[in-house]
Amino acid sequence: MIDWNAFWLTVRLATLVALILFVIGVPLAAWISGSRWRWKFLLEAVVALPVILPPTVLGFYILTALGTRSPLGRYWQSLTGHTLAFTFEGLVIGSVLYSLPFAVQPFAAAFDSIDRKLVQASYTLGVPRIKTFWRVVLPLSKSGLITGVALSFAHTLGEFGVVLMVGGNIPGITRTVSVDIFDQVQAGNYASANHTSLVLLVISISILSFIYSLNRKARPGWSWR
Amino acid sequence: MRKFLLTCLITCLVVIPTSAQEITIAAAADLNAALTEIVRQYSATPNVSVKLSFGASGNLFNQIRNGAPFDIFFSADEDYPKQLIEQGLAEKNTLYRYAVGRLVLWVPTDSPVDIDHKGLQSLNDPYFKKIAIANPQHAPYGRAAVAALRTAGVYDQISDRLVLGENVSQAAQFVESGNAQAGLVALSHALAPAMKGKGRYWEVPLNLYPTLNQAAVILSHSQNKAAAMRFLEYLNTAPAQSVLKNYGFSHPSERKQ
Repeated sequence: MIDWNAFWLTVRLATLVALILFVIGVPLAAWISGSRWRWKFLLEAVVALPVILPPTVLGFYILTALGTRSPLGRYWQSLTGHTLAFTFEGLVIGSVLYSLPFAVQPFAAAFDSIDRKLVQASYTLGVPRIKTFWRVVLPLSKSGLITGVALSFAHTLGEFGVVLMVGGNIPGITRTVSVDIFDQVQAGNYASANHTSLVLLVISISILSFIYSLNRKARPGWSWR
Repeated sequence: MRKFLLTCLITCLVVIPTSAQEITIAAAADLNAALTEIVRQYSATPNVSVKLSFGASGNLFNQIRNGAPFDIFFSADEDYPKQLIEQGLAEKNTLYRYAVGRLVLWVPTDSPVDIDHKGLQSLNDPYFKKIAIANPQHAPYGRAAVAALRTAGVYDQISDRLVLGENVSQAAQFVESGNAQAGLVALSHALAPAMKGKGRYWEVPLNLYPTLNQAAVILSHSQNKAAAMRFLEYLNTAPAQSVLKNYGFSHPSERKQ
Protein backbone atom coordinates (compact mmCIF):
# COMPACT_ATOMS: atom_id res chain seq x y z
CA MET A 1 0.00 0.00 0.00
CA ILE A 2 2.80 2.40 0.91
CA ASP A 3 5.29 2.88 -1.91
CA TRP A 4 8.60 2.56 -0.01
CA ASN A 5 10.47 2.99 -3.27
CA ALA A 6 9.11 6.51 -3.47
CA PHE A 7 10.29 7.20 0.09
CA TRP A 8 13.78 5.91 -0.57
CA LEU A 9 13.96 7.92 -3.77
CA THR A 10 12.81 11.10 -2.04
CA VAL A 11 15.27 10.73 0.84
CA ARG A 12 18.08 10.06 -1.65
CA LEU A 13 17.11 13.13 -3.65
CA ALA A 14 16.87 15.39 -0.58
CA THR A 15 20.20 14.16 0.85
CA LEU A 16 22.02 14.64 -2.44
CA VAL A 17 20.54 18.11 -2.93
CA ALA A 18 21.45 19.15 0.63
CA LEU A 19 25.04 17.93 0.07
CA ILE A 20 25.40 19.70 -3.26
CA LEU A 21 23.94 22.89 -1.82
CA PHE A 22 26.40 22.74 1.06
CA VAL A 23 29.32 22.39 -1.32
CA ILE A 24 28.27 25.19 -3.68
CA GLY A 25 26.35 27.23 -1.11
CA VAL A 26 29.19 27.80 1.37
CA PRO A 27 31.61 29.49 -1.10
CA LEU A 28 28.74 31.44 -2.67
CA ALA A 29 27.51 32.64 0.72
CA ALA A 30 31.06 33.43 1.86
CA TRP A 31 31.55 35.53 -1.24
CA ILE A 32 28.20 37.31 -0.79
CA SER A 33 28.96 37.98 2.86
CA GLY A 34 32.52 39.16 2.30
CA SER A 35 32.24 41.02 -0.98
CA ARG A 36 31.89 44.79 -1.23
CA TRP A 37 31.13 44.67 -4.94
CA ARG A 38 28.69 47.36 -6.04
CA TRP A 39 26.36 45.06 -7.97
CA LYS A 40 26.31 42.35 -5.32
CA PHE A 41 22.61 42.97 -4.73
CA LEU A 42 21.88 41.67 -8.23
CA LEU A 43 23.40 38.30 -7.39
CA GLU A 44 21.56 38.26 -4.07
CA ALA A 45 18.32 38.89 -5.95
CA VAL A 46 19.03 36.01 -8.34
CA VAL A 47 19.80 33.67 -5.43
CA ALA A 48 16.54 34.66 -3.71
CA LEU A 49 14.49 34.24 -6.90
CA PRO A 50 13.16 30.74 -6.18
CA VAL A 51 11.50 32.03 -3.00
CA ILE A 52 8.97 33.96 -5.04
CA LEU A 53 9.12 32.28 -8.44
CA PRO A 54 6.53 29.48 -8.83
CA PRO A 55 8.04 26.02 -9.39
CA THR A 56 6.05 25.85 -12.61
CA VAL A 57 8.36 28.47 -14.15
CA LEU A 58 11.42 26.37 -13.39
CA GLY A 59 9.64 23.24 -14.64
CA PHE A 60 8.63 25.00 -17.83
CA TYR A 61 12.20 26.09 -18.56
CA ILE A 62 13.63 22.66 -17.83
CA LEU A 63 11.18 21.21 -20.36
CA THR A 64 11.65 23.84 -23.06
CA ALA A 65 15.00 25.62 -22.61
CA LEU A 66 16.70 22.33 -21.77
CA GLY A 67 14.58 20.18 -24.11
CA THR A 68 15.64 18.88 -27.52
CA ARG A 69 14.45 22.06 -29.22
CA SER A 70 17.13 24.27 -27.64
CA PRO A 71 20.92 24.36 -28.28
CA LEU A 72 21.60 24.00 -24.56
CA GLY A 73 19.33 20.97 -24.39
CA ARG A 74 20.98 19.40 -27.45
CA TYR A 75 24.40 19.96 -25.89
CA TRP A 76 23.27 18.23 -22.70
CA GLN A 77 21.82 15.43 -24.81
CA SER A 78 25.09 14.96 -26.71
CA LEU A 79 26.90 14.65 -23.36
CA THR A 80 24.50 12.32 -21.60
CA GLY A 81 22.39 10.77 -24.34
CA HIS A 82 19.08 11.99 -22.94
CA THR A 83 17.23 15.14 -21.95
CA LEU A 84 17.01 16.35 -18.37
CA ALA A 85 13.29 15.73 -18.13
CA PHE A 86 12.21 12.34 -16.78
CA THR A 87 15.60 11.63 -15.16
CA PHE A 88 16.87 11.61 -11.58
CA GLU A 89 19.60 14.09 -12.57
CA GLY A 90 16.89 16.40 -13.85
CA LEU A 91 15.19 16.31 -10.47
CA VAL A 92 18.51 16.91 -8.70
CA ILE A 93 19.35 19.93 -10.85
CA GLY A 94 15.83 21.32 -10.57
CA SER A 95 15.84 20.87 -6.79
CA VAL A 96 19.28 22.41 -6.35
CA LEU A 97 18.12 25.53 -8.19
CA TYR A 98 14.81 25.55 -6.40
CA SER A 99 16.29 25.15 -2.89
CA LEU A 100 19.30 27.43 -3.43
CA PRO A 101 18.10 30.37 -1.27
CA PHE A 102 17.15 28.03 1.57
CA ALA A 103 20.83 27.09 1.89
CA VAL A 104 22.63 30.25 0.82
CA GLN A 105 20.63 32.75 2.86
CA PRO A 106 21.16 31.10 6.28
CA PHE A 107 24.83 30.50 5.39
CA ALA A 108 25.33 34.14 4.43
CA ALA A 109 23.49 35.36 7.54
CA ALA A 110 25.76 33.22 9.70
CA PHE A 111 28.90 34.56 8.02
CA ASP A 112 27.57 38.12 8.36
CA SER A 113 27.14 37.77 12.10
CA ILE A 114 30.72 36.74 12.75
CA ASP A 115 32.78 39.34 14.56
CA ARG A 116 35.20 40.60 11.91
CA LYS A 117 37.82 41.27 14.62
CA LEU A 118 38.25 37.52 15.11
CA VAL A 119 38.97 37.05 11.43
CA GLN A 120 41.36 40.01 11.42
CA ALA A 121 43.10 38.65 14.52
CA SER A 122 43.64 35.38 12.69
CA TYR A 123 45.11 37.24 9.71
CA THR A 124 47.46 39.26 11.91
CA LEU A 125 48.71 35.99 13.42
CA GLY A 126 49.73 35.00 9.90
CA VAL A 127 47.04 32.38 9.25
CA PRO A 128 46.22 32.22 5.51
CA ARG A 129 42.71 33.15 4.30
CA ILE A 130 41.52 29.65 3.43
CA LYS A 131 42.78 28.25 6.72
CA THR A 132 41.15 31.10 8.62
CA PHE A 133 37.90 30.29 6.86
CA TRP A 134 38.14 26.65 7.89
CA ARG A 135 39.37 27.18 11.45
CA VAL A 136 37.56 30.39 12.46
CA VAL A 137 34.65 31.26 10.19
CA LEU A 138 33.10 27.83 9.64
CA PRO A 139 33.11 26.70 13.30
CA LEU A 140 31.60 30.01 14.37
CA SER A 141 28.83 29.61 11.73
CA LYS A 142 27.91 26.08 12.74
CA SER A 143 24.37 26.97 13.71
CA GLY A 144 23.62 28.77 10.43
CA LEU A 145 25.20 25.99 8.39
CA ILE A 146 23.05 23.36 10.09
CA THR A 147 19.94 25.46 9.54
CA GLY A 148 20.76 25.91 5.84
CA VAL A 149 21.36 22.21 5.28
CA ALA A 150 18.21 21.28 7.21
CA LEU A 151 16.09 23.75 5.29
CA SER A 152 17.37 22.67 1.88
CA PHE A 153 16.81 19.02 2.82
CA ALA A 154 13.30 19.74 4.07
CA HIS A 155 12.44 21.93 1.10
CA THR A 156 13.46 19.19 -1.34
CA LEU A 157 11.52 16.58 0.62
CA GLY A 158 8.39 18.69 0.18
CA GLU A 159 8.99 19.64 -3.44
CA PHE A 160 6.10 18.96 -5.77
CA GLY A 161 5.60 21.38 -8.63
CA VAL A 162 8.90 20.89 -10.46
CA VAL A 163 8.71 17.11 -10.06
CA LEU A 164 5.15 16.99 -11.37
CA MET A 165 6.09 19.07 -14.39
CA VAL A 166 9.32 17.39 -15.47
CA GLY A 167 9.35 14.03 -13.69
CA GLY A 168 7.04 11.95 -15.84
CA ASN A 169 6.11 9.86 -12.79
CA ILE A 170 8.54 6.98 -13.38
CA PRO A 171 8.62 4.53 -10.44
CA GLY A 172 12.05 4.41 -8.76
CA ILE A 173 13.39 7.30 -10.84
CA THR A 174 11.12 10.31 -10.60
CA ARG A 175 8.07 9.20 -8.57
CA THR A 176 8.72 11.02 -5.31
CA VAL A 177 6.53 10.75 -2.23
CA SER A 178 4.74 14.03 -2.91
CA VAL A 179 3.81 12.90 -6.43
CA ASP A 180 2.83 9.46 -5.11
CA ILE A 181 0.46 11.07 -2.59
CA PHE A 182 -0.99 13.27 -5.34
CA ASP A 183 -1.60 10.15 -7.45
CA GLN A 184 -3.26 8.28 -4.61
CA VAL A 185 -5.60 11.21 -3.99
CA GLN A 186 -6.45 11.56 -7.70
CA ALA A 187 -7.19 7.86 -7.89
CA GLY A 188 -9.44 8.15 -4.84
CA ASN A 189 -7.24 5.91 -2.66
CA TYR A 190 -7.64 8.15 0.37
CA ALA A 191 -6.56 5.41 2.80
CA SER A 192 -3.20 4.91 1.03
CA ALA A 193 -2.73 8.65 0.68
CA ASN A 194 -3.38 8.98 4.39
CA HIS A 195 -0.88 6.27 5.35
CA THR A 196 1.82 7.66 3.08
CA SER A 197 1.22 11.19 4.35
CA LEU A 198 1.44 10.08 7.97
CA VAL A 199 4.71 8.25 7.37
CA LEU A 200 6.11 11.31 5.58
CA LEU A 201 5.00 13.50 8.47
CA VAL A 202 6.74 11.27 11.02
CA ILE A 203 9.92 11.01 8.93
CA SER A 204 10.03 14.78 8.38
CA ILE A 205 9.53 15.70 12.01
CA SER A 206 12.10 13.11 13.13
CA ILE A 207 14.77 14.27 10.72
CA LEU A 208 14.19 17.93 11.49
CA SER A 209 14.16 17.33 15.28
CA PHE A 210 17.40 15.42 14.99
CA ILE A 211 19.07 18.15 12.97
CA TYR A 212 17.87 20.95 15.22
CA SER A 213 18.94 18.96 18.30
CA LEU A 214 22.51 19.22 16.97
CA ASN A 215 21.92 22.93 16.94
CA ARG A 216 21.15 23.39 20.64
CA LYS A 217 22.67 26.56 21.93
CA ALA A 218 25.25 26.41 24.68
CA ARG A 219 24.62 29.98 25.71
CA PRO A 220 21.77 30.99 28.01
CA GLY A 221 18.43 32.00 26.46
CA TRP A 222 16.96 35.46 26.55
CA SER A 223 16.32 36.57 30.09
CA TRP A 224 12.77 37.84 29.74
CA ARG A 225 12.15 38.37 33.43
CA MET B 1 -11.03 58.21 6.16
CA ARG B 2 -8.21 55.72 6.47
CA LYS B 3 -10.57 53.19 8.03
CA PHE B 4 -13.00 53.72 5.16
CA LEU B 5 -10.31 53.09 2.54
CA LEU B 6 -9.16 50.00 4.36
CA THR B 7 -12.73 48.68 4.49
CA CYS B 8 -13.09 49.31 0.76
CA LEU B 9 -9.86 47.49 0.03
CA ILE B 10 -10.77 44.47 2.10
CA THR B 11 -14.25 44.35 0.56
CA CYS B 12 -12.73 44.40 -2.92
CA LEU B 13 -10.36 41.60 -2.05
CA VAL B 14 -12.89 39.39 -0.30
CA VAL B 15 -16.06 39.77 -2.34
CA ILE B 16 -15.97 37.77 -5.53
CA PRO B 17 -17.99 39.44 -8.25
CA THR B 18 -20.71 37.15 -9.62
CA SER B 19 -22.95 37.62 -12.60
CA ALA B 20 -26.45 36.20 -12.44
CA GLN B 21 -25.97 33.60 -15.16
CA GLU B 22 -22.66 31.89 -14.81
CA ILE B 23 -21.96 28.23 -15.33
CA THR B 24 -18.74 26.54 -14.38
CA ILE B 25 -17.65 23.49 -16.31
CA ALA B 26 -15.13 20.85 -15.31
CA ALA B 27 -13.88 19.17 -18.47
CA ALA B 28 -11.52 16.38 -19.48
CA ALA B 29 -8.15 17.56 -20.77
CA ASP B 30 -8.75 16.28 -24.32
CA LEU B 31 -11.56 18.85 -24.69
CA ASN B 32 -9.28 21.81 -24.10
CA ALA B 33 -9.29 23.28 -27.60
CA ALA B 34 -12.73 22.07 -28.73
CA LEU B 35 -14.75 23.15 -25.70
CA THR B 36 -12.98 26.50 -25.51
CA GLU B 37 -14.05 27.15 -29.10
CA ILE B 38 -17.63 26.00 -28.47
CA VAL B 39 -17.88 28.24 -25.41
CA ARG B 40 -16.58 31.18 -27.45
CA GLN B 41 -19.36 30.59 -30.00
CA TYR B 42 -21.94 30.09 -27.29
CA SER B 43 -21.17 33.22 -25.34
CA ALA B 44 -21.70 35.32 -28.48
CA THR B 45 -25.47 34.88 -28.24
CA PRO B 46 -27.17 34.71 -24.81
CA ASN B 47 -26.07 36.57 -21.66
CA VAL B 48 -24.45 33.61 -19.99
CA SER B 49 -20.83 33.40 -19.04
CA VAL B 50 -19.17 30.00 -19.04
CA LYS B 51 -16.06 29.21 -17.05
CA LEU B 52 -13.91 26.24 -18.01
CA SER B 53 -11.63 24.17 -15.85
CA PHE B 54 -9.61 21.36 -17.46
CA GLY B 55 -7.91 18.37 -15.91
CA ALA B 56 -7.69 14.58 -15.83
CA SER B 57 -11.22 13.16 -15.52
CA GLY B 58 -10.25 11.24 -12.37
CA ASN B 59 -8.81 14.37 -10.83
CA LEU B 60 -11.98 16.37 -11.56
CA PHE B 61 -14.12 13.47 -10.33
CA ASN B 62 -12.32 13.59 -6.99
CA GLN B 63 -12.67 17.34 -6.76
CA ILE B 64 -16.42 17.01 -7.39
CA ARG B 65 -16.72 14.29 -4.74
CA ASN B 66 -15.13 16.74 -2.35
CA GLY B 67 -17.54 19.53 -3.13
CA ALA B 68 -15.95 21.45 -6.02
CA PRO B 69 -18.53 24.01 -7.18
CA PHE B 70 -18.97 22.93 -10.81
CA ASP B 71 -22.27 22.86 -12.70
CA ILE B 72 -21.39 20.41 -15.48
CA PHE B 73 -18.79 17.66 -15.65
CA PHE B 74 -17.49 16.60 -19.07
CA SER B 75 -15.63 13.36 -18.54
CA ALA B 76 -13.43 11.50 -21.04
CA ASP B 77 -15.31 8.31 -20.20
CA GLU B 78 -18.74 7.41 -18.90
CA ASP B 79 -17.70 5.61 -15.71
CA TYR B 80 -16.92 8.72 -13.68
CA PRO B 81 -20.28 10.43 -14.48
CA LYS B 82 -22.11 7.18 -13.71
CA GLN B 83 -20.33 6.87 -10.37
CA LEU B 84 -21.33 10.42 -9.52
CA ILE B 85 -24.95 9.56 -10.32
CA GLU B 86 -24.74 6.46 -8.10
CA GLN B 87 -23.36 8.56 -5.27
CA GLY B 88 -26.19 11.04 -5.67
CA LEU B 89 -23.82 13.80 -6.74
CA ALA B 90 -25.12 14.15 -10.31
CA GLU B 91 -28.54 14.26 -11.95
CA LYS B 92 -29.39 10.88 -13.43
CA ASN B 93 -31.51 12.05 -16.35
CA THR B 94 -28.89 14.54 -17.56
CA LEU B 95 -26.25 11.95 -18.55
CA TYR B 96 -25.33 12.86 -22.10
CA ARG B 97 -22.87 11.01 -24.34
CA TYR B 98 -21.48 13.87 -26.35
CA ALA B 99 -18.61 12.24 -28.24
CA VAL B 100 -16.40 9.26 -28.79
CA GLY B 101 -12.74 10.05 -28.07
CA ARG B 102 -9.96 8.74 -30.29
CA LEU B 103 -6.48 7.70 -29.26
CA VAL B 104 -3.54 8.40 -31.59
CA LEU B 105 0.16 7.66 -31.66
CA TRP B 106 1.89 11.01 -32.22
CA VAL B 107 5.51 11.68 -33.17
CA PRO B 108 7.27 14.96 -34.06
CA THR B 109 7.71 15.71 -37.78
CA ASP B 110 11.46 15.04 -37.68
CA SER B 111 11.04 11.54 -36.22
CA PRO B 112 12.79 8.95 -38.43
CA VAL B 113 10.46 6.12 -37.38
CA ASP B 114 7.75 4.94 -39.75
CA ILE B 115 4.64 4.85 -37.61
CA ASP B 116 2.19 4.72 -40.51
CA HIS B 117 2.88 1.13 -41.41
CA LYS B 118 3.94 -0.44 -38.15
CA GLY B 119 1.60 1.42 -35.80
CA LEU B 120 2.09 0.51 -32.14
CA GLN B 121 4.70 -2.13 -33.10
CA SER B 122 6.98 0.74 -34.12
CA LEU B 123 7.31 1.61 -30.43
CA ASN B 124 9.74 -1.30 -30.11
CA ASP B 125 12.21 0.87 -32.03
CA PRO B 126 15.01 1.91 -29.60
CA TYR B 127 14.82 5.42 -31.07
CA PHE B 128 11.86 5.93 -28.73
CA LYS B 129 13.64 6.50 -25.42
CA LYS B 130 10.59 7.95 -23.72
CA ILE B 131 6.96 7.35 -24.63
CA ALA B 132 4.41 9.66 -23.04
CA ILE B 133 0.96 8.52 -21.97
CA ALA B 134 -1.56 9.93 -19.51
CA ASN B 135 -1.51 8.46 -15.99
CA PRO B 136 -3.79 5.39 -16.21
CA GLN B 137 -4.62 5.74 -12.52
CA HIS B 138 -6.84 8.72 -13.08
CA ALA B 139 -6.96 9.54 -16.79
CA PRO B 140 -9.25 7.58 -19.16
CA TYR B 141 -6.86 8.21 -22.07
CA GLY B 142 -4.07 6.68 -19.98
CA ARG B 143 -6.19 3.58 -19.41
CA ALA B 144 -7.01 3.44 -23.14
CA ALA B 145 -3.30 3.74 -23.97
CA VAL B 146 -2.30 0.92 -21.63
CA ALA B 147 -5.12 -1.28 -22.96
CA ALA B 148 -4.07 -0.62 -26.58
CA LEU B 149 -0.41 -1.33 -25.80
CA ARG B 150 -1.37 -4.59 -24.10
CA THR B 151 -3.66 -5.70 -26.93
CA ALA B 152 -0.94 -4.90 -29.45
CA GLY B 153 1.43 -7.04 -27.35
CA VAL B 154 4.08 -4.37 -26.86
CA TYR B 155 3.35 -3.22 -23.32
CA ASP B 156 5.89 -5.46 -21.55
CA GLN B 157 8.72 -4.51 -23.91
CA ILE B 158 8.17 -0.76 -23.59
CA SER B 159 6.75 -0.30 -20.08
CA ASP B 160 10.09 0.89 -18.67
CA ARG B 161 10.19 3.67 -21.27
CA LEU B 162 6.76 5.09 -20.39
CA VAL B 163 6.49 8.52 -18.82
CA LEU B 164 3.19 9.53 -17.30
CA GLY B 165 1.53 12.89 -17.79
CA GLU B 166 -0.76 14.06 -15.03
CA ASN B 167 -3.45 14.22 -17.71
CA VAL B 168 -3.48 13.57 -21.45
CA SER B 169 -2.64 17.20 -22.25
CA GLN B 170 0.56 16.95 -20.22
CA ALA B 171 1.43 13.73 -22.08
CA ALA B 172 0.91 15.65 -25.33
CA GLN B 173 3.08 18.49 -24.03
CA PHE B 174 5.89 16.05 -23.12
CA VAL B 175 6.11 14.85 -26.71
CA GLU B 176 5.36 18.20 -28.33
CA SER B 177 8.28 19.78 -26.41
CA GLY B 178 10.56 17.01 -27.66
CA ASN B 179 11.29 15.56 -24.23
CA ALA B 180 9.53 12.31 -25.15
CA GLN B 181 9.95 10.92 -28.67
CA ALA B 182 6.44 9.52 -28.99
CA GLY B 183 3.13 9.87 -27.22
CA LEU B 184 -0.26 8.22 -27.05
CA VAL B 185 -2.53 11.23 -26.94
CA ALA B 186 -6.02 12.31 -27.94
CA LEU B 187 -6.80 12.86 -31.61
CA SER B 188 -8.10 16.27 -30.50
CA HIS B 189 -4.53 17.20 -29.50
CA ALA B 190 -3.09 16.13 -32.85
CA LEU B 191 -5.67 18.32 -34.58
CA ALA B 192 -5.38 21.32 -32.24
CA PRO B 193 -3.45 24.41 -33.41
CA ALA B 194 -0.75 23.89 -30.76
CA MET B 195 0.38 20.60 -32.31
CA LYS B 196 -0.95 20.62 -35.85
CA GLY B 197 1.89 20.71 -38.37
CA LYS B 198 4.48 19.82 -35.73
CA GLY B 199 4.07 16.10 -36.06
CA ARG B 200 2.52 13.02 -37.63
CA TYR B 201 -0.03 10.74 -36.07
CA TRP B 202 -1.41 7.25 -36.47
CA GLU B 203 -4.94 6.51 -35.29
CA VAL B 204 -5.05 3.58 -32.92
CA PRO B 205 -7.73 1.18 -34.23
CA LEU B 206 -10.86 1.20 -32.07
CA ASN B 207 -10.72 -2.56 -31.53
CA LEU B 208 -7.48 -2.25 -29.55
CA TYR B 209 -8.97 -0.45 -26.53
CA PRO B 210 -12.36 -0.04 -24.83
CA THR B 211 -14.30 2.74 -26.55
CA LEU B 212 -13.89 6.15 -24.95
CA ASN B 213 -17.57 7.00 -24.67
CA GLN B 214 -17.26 10.51 -23.36
CA ALA B 215 -20.20 11.59 -21.24
CA ALA B 216 -21.30 14.79 -19.51
CA VAL B 217 -23.59 15.18 -16.53
CA ILE B 218 -25.12 18.05 -14.54
CA LEU B 219 -24.11 18.06 -10.90
CA SER B 220 -26.72 17.85 -8.15
CA HIS B 221 -25.55 20.85 -6.15
CA SER B 222 -25.53 23.14 -9.20
CA GLN B 223 -27.39 26.40 -8.63
CA ASN B 224 -27.75 27.00 -12.37
CA LYS B 225 -29.28 23.76 -13.63
CA ALA B 226 -31.47 25.48 -16.23
CA ALA B 227 -28.54 27.36 -17.73
CA ALA B 228 -26.40 24.21 -17.59
CA MET B 229 -29.12 22.25 -19.38
CA ARG B 230 -29.29 24.88 -22.12
CA PHE B 231 -25.55 24.56 -22.64
CA LEU B 232 -25.82 20.76 -22.96
CA GLU B 233 -28.62 21.23 -25.49
CA TYR B 234 -26.43 23.64 -27.42
CA LEU B 235 -23.90 20.85 -27.88
CA ASN B 236 -26.42 19.07 -30.08
CA THR B 237 -26.67 21.96 -32.50
CA ALA B 238 -24.87 21.97 -35.83
CA PRO B 239 -22.21 24.61 -34.99
CA ALA B 240 -21.13 22.81 -31.81
CA GLN B 241 -21.16 19.43 -33.50
CA SER B 242 -18.99 20.69 -36.32
CA VAL B 243 -16.39 21.96 -33.83
CA LEU B 244 -16.31 18.56 -32.11
CA LYS B 245 -15.97 16.91 -35.48
CA ASN B 246 -13.11 19.22 -36.49
CA TYR B 247 -11.21 18.07 -33.40
CA GLY B 248 -11.69 14.44 -34.30
CA PHE B 249 -14.53 13.54 -31.95
CA SER B 250 -17.09 11.31 -33.57
CA HIS B 251 -20.74 11.41 -32.56
CA PRO B 252 -21.77 8.45 -30.37
CA SER B 253 -24.44 7.46 -32.92
CA GLU B 254 -21.89 6.97 -35.71
CA ARG B 255 -20.23 3.60 -35.97
CA LYS B 256 -16.68 3.95 -37.18
CA GLN B 257 -14.57 0.99 -38.31
